[in-house]
Amino acid sequence: MKTVFSMLLTLLLVCTSCGNDDNSTIQATNITFNFNHDWDGNQVTNTNFNTLDFTNENGEKMSITKLRYLISDIVFTDENDIETRIDGYNLVDVTNAEGLSFTATSGLANGTYKNVSFTFGFNNNDNYQNYTDLNSASWNVPSMLGGGYHFLQLEGKFIDSTNDEVGYAYHAIRAVDNSVSPQKFQDTFFEVNLGEVTISNNTVFNINMNIAEWFKGPNTWDLNVLNNMLMPNFDAQVMMFENGQNVFSLEP
Amino acid sequence: MRHWLAYAKVLIVFICISCSNEDTAQYTPTPTQLQIPKLFEDNILNPVIPLNNPQTVEGISLGKKLFFDPILSRDNTIACADCHNPKHAFTDPNRFSDGVDGLLGSRNSMPLFNLAWNYDEKFFWDGSSFSIEHQAFAPVTNPIEMANTWPTVEEKLIQHPEYPELFKQAFGASTIDSTLVTRAIAQFERTLISSNSKFDKHLLGETTLTSEELNGFNVFMDETRGDCFHCHGSDKNPLWTDNAFHNNGLDNTFTDLGLGNITGDPADNGKFKSPSLRNLAFTAPYMHDGRFLTLEDVINHYSEGLKNSPTIDPLMKKVAQGGVRLTSKDKADLKAFLLTLTDQEFISNPNFISP
Repeated sequence: MKTVFSMLLTLLLVCTSCGNDDNSTIQATNITFNFNHDWDGNQVTNTNFNTLDFTNENGEKMSITKLRYLISDIVFTDENDIETRIDGYNLVDVTNAEGLSFTATSGLANGTYKNVSFTFGFNNNDNYQNYTDLNSASWNVPSMLGGGYHFLQLEGKFIDSTNDEVGYAYHAIRAVDNSVSPQKFQDTFFEVNLGEVTISNNTVFNINMNIAEWFKGPNTWDLNVLNNMLMPNFDAQVMMFENGQNVFSLEP
Repeated sequence: MRHWLAYAKVLIVFICISCSNEDTAQYTPTPTQLQIPKLFEDNILNPVIPLNNPQTVEGISLGKKLFFDPILSRDNTIACADCHNPKHAFTDPNRFSDGVDGLLGSRNSMPLFNLAWNYDEKFFWDGSSFSIEHQAFAPVTNPIEMANTWPTVEEKLIQHPEYPELFKQAFGASTIDSTLVTRAIAQFERTLISSNSKFDKHLLGETTLTSEELNGFNVFMDETRGDCFHCHGSDKNPLWTDNAFHNNGLDNTFTDLGLGNITGDPADNGKFKSPSLRNLAFTAPYMHDGRFLTLEDVINHYSEGLKNSPTIDPLMKKVAQGGVRLTSKDKADLKAFLLTLTDQEFISNPNFISP
């Protein structure tokens, strides 16, 4: 996965550098993207998995056993609203500590950019392509749900209202309503805007996911009600989309 | 001037001859490529072939001979193929396999096919072995399997009338050691590719499924019914396994810790590798300990037989009710779909049968 991004970034460099041979302000810069995770300020890595150490907004004690998610299309926007898009995607696999960081050589000019953004999941064009690495990672969405790929897989256990330990599988995909014909879809990918950044050589971006936010707002998530079989649940998918808006931030 | 030109020509000829002599002195076995099926090529990453053990015609041939030869076992009675029978998709129809002393293990022999697409390269039910080559070391010295020692194996092969020449052809080697034995077996095992089931042909547009088989596939892919795809692949992943480790709710407590015994992490207790669902018609009994004799038993387990434990996979739903409780029709159709993953050509492929 890291390779896919690196290759695309290198390709971007080649294309950009070819087009900007005469522009002395543009030079090869290394940009590193780190993906960090916390639970309301407490760092989370896979070493924190498998124990009921977290309490969600609704009050359930819960654990994480698996966390994977997809980001794509990083875009830098300069002061003149010119966008430099890095096509590609990265599957962040916290469970296996893979895809947590990648470094790419970019043709971006040094300086200040008024925004950097990425897409959580895939936009609709990207979602319906065929990716051998994602297929190999069993990241697909069944065709009966419209096909494409998962955006997020967050799994674990929680203590339910009867004090039993129960599994949950919080899987985010493009929302689909199978109860109507033709199927009704609603987009659930979203753009994450990280704000102003300054690019210099060896710039490091630390992107943080606050996992607790998936259960927090605007929808206080009740795992007693919504714990499994959420992929075909249109309303649950929309709620995930809404809660995801405040999940990511750029660490200083 | 003419004299110097003649001298230069002679020098060039000498250089060419000396280079050419060097090439002929370096023996190279015949390289060959795995025949990657179209559905694999189109949908998943390339197979894993280690740089230090490329596929060669001679290496594969030697590996095949070793695989079917009981010479690796202490008393020359057991070959790899005895526990990995080609007619059973290279597994053992017995729940546990007999070792040279009649001792039985505690796990069912794993089927062997499409191993080169195990990207994490963790082999055995508990993932205890990294790489196919390393995996092949284990049965030879396991006291309940071949119960041999590698020095003994090496000596038997060195004294054999055919093997020294075959190793020379496969690796250009004048000696025989355990590393070369396992490399040859691994080369053969990588050729064991299964990709010609009815469902493969359906995906390639060469045949159609019955309505029962199609409904069974939908049960398989439906998160509210079978939800098998999260661990066992899909029409986009022709391996029909994620090659990962899960506790699928077989027991409340564990006599075999599985992955947990390897990692030492209690969170891994009771986790075993997801097997491929290809060729289930040949690979009974099922599960890591071969506890289920039939596919009906397996489906009933997931439908209403789940047992809770601290490490049960969150994808196992409605555990308190025993599972998702499929209807009789969905169970029958799911079985019908699973049997479309049967590859008759694989078990009759002459390249995979005893020489």
